[in-house]
Amino acid sequence: MSAAVEHTDSATEANHDAHGHEHGHDGHVPKDSYFIKIAIILAVVTALETSTYWWPESLSAAATPALLIMMAIKFFMIVSIFMHLKFDSKIFSFMFYTGLGLAVFVYLVFLFTFQFFRT
Amino acid sequence: MADIAVHDVDHAHTDHGAYEDHAPHATSTGLSNNKLSMWLFLGSECLLFGGLISTYMLYRGRHEAGPGPDQIFDIPLTSVSSFILLMSSLTMVLAVNSAKRKDDRNTSLWLTITALLGALFVGGQVYEFTSFYHEGLGFTTSLFGSSFYTLTGFHGVHVTLGIIMLMVVVFIMQRDRITGDKAEVVELVGLYWHFVDVVWVIIFTLVYLIPS
Amino acid sequence: MAIIERPAAVPATVDAVAAPEVVTPTQALGAFRRPVSSTGWKSWLFTVDHKKLGIMYGAVSLFFFLVGGIEALLIRLQLAAPDNTVLSADQYNQMFTMHATTMVFLFVMPMAAAFANYFLPLQIGARDVAFPRINALGFWLFLFGGLFLNSSWLLGGAADGGWFMYSPNSSALFSPSHGIDFWVLGLQITGIASLIGALNLIVTVLNMRAPGMKLMQMPVFTWMVLVVQFLLLFAMPVITVALFLLSFQRNFGATFFDVNQGADPLLWQHLFWIFGHPEVYIIILPSFGIISEVLPTFARKPLFGYKFVVFSGAAIGFVGWGVWAHHMFASGLGPVSVAVFSVATMLIAIPTGVKIVNWTLTLWGGKLWFTTAMLFAIGVIVLFTIGGVSGVTHAVAPSDTQQTDTYHIVAHFHYVIVGGAVMGLFAGFYFWWPKMFGKMLNERLGKWNFWLMFFGVNLTFGPMHILGLQGQPRRMVVWPEKLTGDGFFDMHFWNQIASVGSFVIGLGVLIFVINIFWTWKKAPIAPLDPWDARTLEWITASPPKEHNFDRIPTVHALDEFFHRKYEEVDTADGPRLVKVKSAEEILAEEESHADAHIHLPSPSYWPIVLAAALPIIAYGVIYNLMLSVVGTAVLLLAVFGWCLEPSVADDSDYDPPAGGDSTKELATLG
Repeated sequence: MSAAVEHTDSATEANHDAHGHEHGHDGHVPKDSYFIKIAIILAVVTALETSTYWWPESLSAAATPALLIMMAIKFFMIVSIFMHLKFDSKIFSFMFYTGLGLAVFVYLVFLFTFQFFRT
Repeated sequence: MADIAVHDVDHAHTDHGAYEDHAPHATSTGLSNNKLSMWLFLGSECLLFGGLISTYMLYRGRHEAGPGPDQIFDIPLTSVSSFILLMSSLTMVLAVNSAKRKDDRNTSLWLTITALLGALFVGGQVYEFTSFYHEGLGFTTSLFGSSFYTLTGFHGVHVTLGIIMLMVVVFIMQRDRITGDKAEVVELVGLYWHFVDVVWVIIFTLVYLIPS
Repeated sequence: MAIIERPAAVPATVDAVAAPEVVTPTQALGAFRRPVSSTGWKSWLFTVDHKKLGIMYGAVSLFFFLVGGIEALLIRLQLAAPDNTVLSADQYNQMFTMHATTMVFLFVMPMAAAFANYFLPLQIGARDVAFPRINALGFWLFLFGGLFLNSSWLLGGAADGGWFMYSPNSSALFSPSHGIDFWVLGLQITGIASLIGALNLIVTVLNMRAPGMKLMQMPVFTWMVLVVQFLLLFAMPVITVALFLLSFQRNFGATFFDVNQGADPLLWQHLFWIFGHPEVYIIILPSFGIISEVLPTFARKPLFGYKFVVFSGAAIGFVGWGVWAHHMFASGLGPVSVAVFSVATMLIAIPTGVKIVNWTLTLWGGKLWFTTAMLFAIGVIVLFTIGGVSGVTHAVAPSDTQQTDTYHIVAHFHYVIVGGAVMGLFAGFYFWWPKMFGKMLNERLGKWNFWLMFFGVNLTFGPMHILGLQGQPRRMVVWPEKLTGDGFFDMHFWNQIASVGSFVIGLGVLIFVINIFWTWKKAPIAPLDPWDARTLEWITASPPKEHNFDRIPTVHALDEFFHRKYEEVDTADGPRLVKVKSAEEILAEEESHADAHIHLPSPSYWPIVLAAALPIIAYGVIYNLMLSVVGTAVLLLAVFGWCLEPSVADDSDYDPPAGGDSTKELATLG
């Protein structure tokens, strides 16, 4: 944990020295048009997600994995692009993904102990 | 901004600490205190929504006394409201970008649109809750009902708080009462808003779309 | 929230010689002037100074410690004789529930927060925490939450479902009084305090270290506090969910834990222990941090294996997330879950063992100085090891199945909590008292305090191992005479020993309280550096000035203060450490280079107002929702005032306007 923080620590400091101040990061943040493109992709994925509702019976076995993958795509697109995590200091990613990772781990184990995944 | 700069020159060598967090040099990591704490808070929120979603997953099939998820969900309606919330993330991003360009007019505009889209989503949720109630799913009808309303209700409250925050930012921006860096204030509200959207991305899939 | 914490740019006129021409007081919501005094009762009520808040945290926690202690003594009185009638069964249930709740949530956790608040900024060379107003809010939430929780004693009875509040005991059917409602809402309030405190301290550690201080140069106490804050950050939301579900069940008719309605009571157990096991480390790690400061100081050696101590602390925090179900081995989890959690639990013994070894090797070959603080620290090593070993026996599921819900468990967790956490906090009292108050706690009384507590703990909790293995169940209001065994297994005898022991602990604590008053009234001024200490908090005056450091120290090494005092000199017998400077000389040097402009955060009304709104809302949830509406209005008003409060108190807020004086300390931020 600390090693990671320490590492990014110095990386950020180097970065901020180079740019003079923290908003140096913002230089990498794309223009409005880029975000609009991302939003269009997100909208298409959402439409695909919704379409699974009308998929024929024969495809229903594929629906659940497909939905989970699409959910993950949307999740990480929003988090890394709209929330700038991709362009920002690694420390922010560390904070957020630690929480996310713990939540996924703990609650998967939790559901497992209830035999949730048995059927 | 100008007076911040003056302040920096004056105190960069002497000041170190909390109260100087608008001056990037003052923090050991070079990151803003506010943004760091917002990300920490969002990390913490993952565990909150994780608990609520898991509770729902555990109980979604337990509805002897009333309708179950398959009978009651109106996928087309929820898809529309999900889409609306998703688009509010786009308008939020545009607000943040405008704020970074110091374009106050467009910032206010996009923030207002974001708040309106959020309000539309909450309105959709109120409509959904009402119709579910009329179809026989009350808060105490079944474990499915209790856990469904608790999960989506918590999310709805988060959206509502977000709307209030957006409106307050618009209000105090127009009055020029924001203390500190405007762009960062907008960005912080934005982070919160996107997070609430991302939680809905998960709820929409796990609760509504995946058949139980 | 974060918007609010944005400091305003300091007007360029701050350092101008002339006072501002137009003097308009900044008013809080147009009604009050900003509180700016630094002495008197107002300075405490509205303070945002981390040191004042630390002292208040400490004083209030100590009060709750005495409350929880009296509850414990009543429990032991009830169990001192067979078929005893000191307490009724109902009162007994309330007593053990509130004893545990008080000790965990209202004593150990906030007392650790007291030390963290006071010493963390000092140890990293900062002038305050990152968000001073949020810090104040945390304290007031803790105080009001604790009082709210305890007000249940006067309003129909306290919570009586045991501190982990299992279903169905937590349901309205089995606990019809409002006690559990108070418990749930009170813990929500103190939970918010913990969460915002965690945010604040993590940001403080990461962002406000003195120039030059790398993460691996931070004192171990700061490190352990940092790990604890991460645990709090991620554990509090889980208990928040559980508490919300329980209050929806009790107040709004949901059935989350009602087996009759098809619910699964294990849901509560999982949520509680997903929070509850990290909570165990939240309780113990601050104490580990404290003794990692105390042992090297009094062994006059650097801490053995600093990196191992730090990393094993982080490892304990991390692995602590994967072991919660060992609290539930007897609940029918299924063999796979039990096996996995059993192994994971045993793994925790490794980093813990690493720490014990490091502490022992710190003592090895040192010139030991047996002050009271040192005795308490060594007491922690001894007692925690005993508790840790019995803990490993609980990790073994078949053995645990025998011991579940017996006094053996009670023996185990009291050894680690009283022997580990509480003794560690006492080490902290004796070690840091001269820093906080400029006076040393009396060492003679201190020795009495230590030995009474040390023997008391063993006398009280040692026999419980035997009682538990003999099958005395935990939480039984009486034990009948006819079931007592013979000879070594005489339940009567061991219960009486345990009860006597609890009063011995009580006497030890009483001596501590007497010591506080004696020190306050009679003790002479302490030397600046009474222990020949090592870390940054000792580089400044005792007690520290309001702004902590005249000059922010630049850090070059772990144990910076020690390295400023001592230098290695080559002699005929090889290199030796020679004292080159006294603490007084170092302080004088720092003072002569004092910073010209020191900005301290301004006091604020809003933290206490905002905190006061929450118990009002909570009473409303129990009695009448209209009251909640009123509380919410107060809350909104406070948030609004907080938002609009300028981070900089204007000159005109000072009385008389303080503009123009170059030595004034002007505030920024909130």
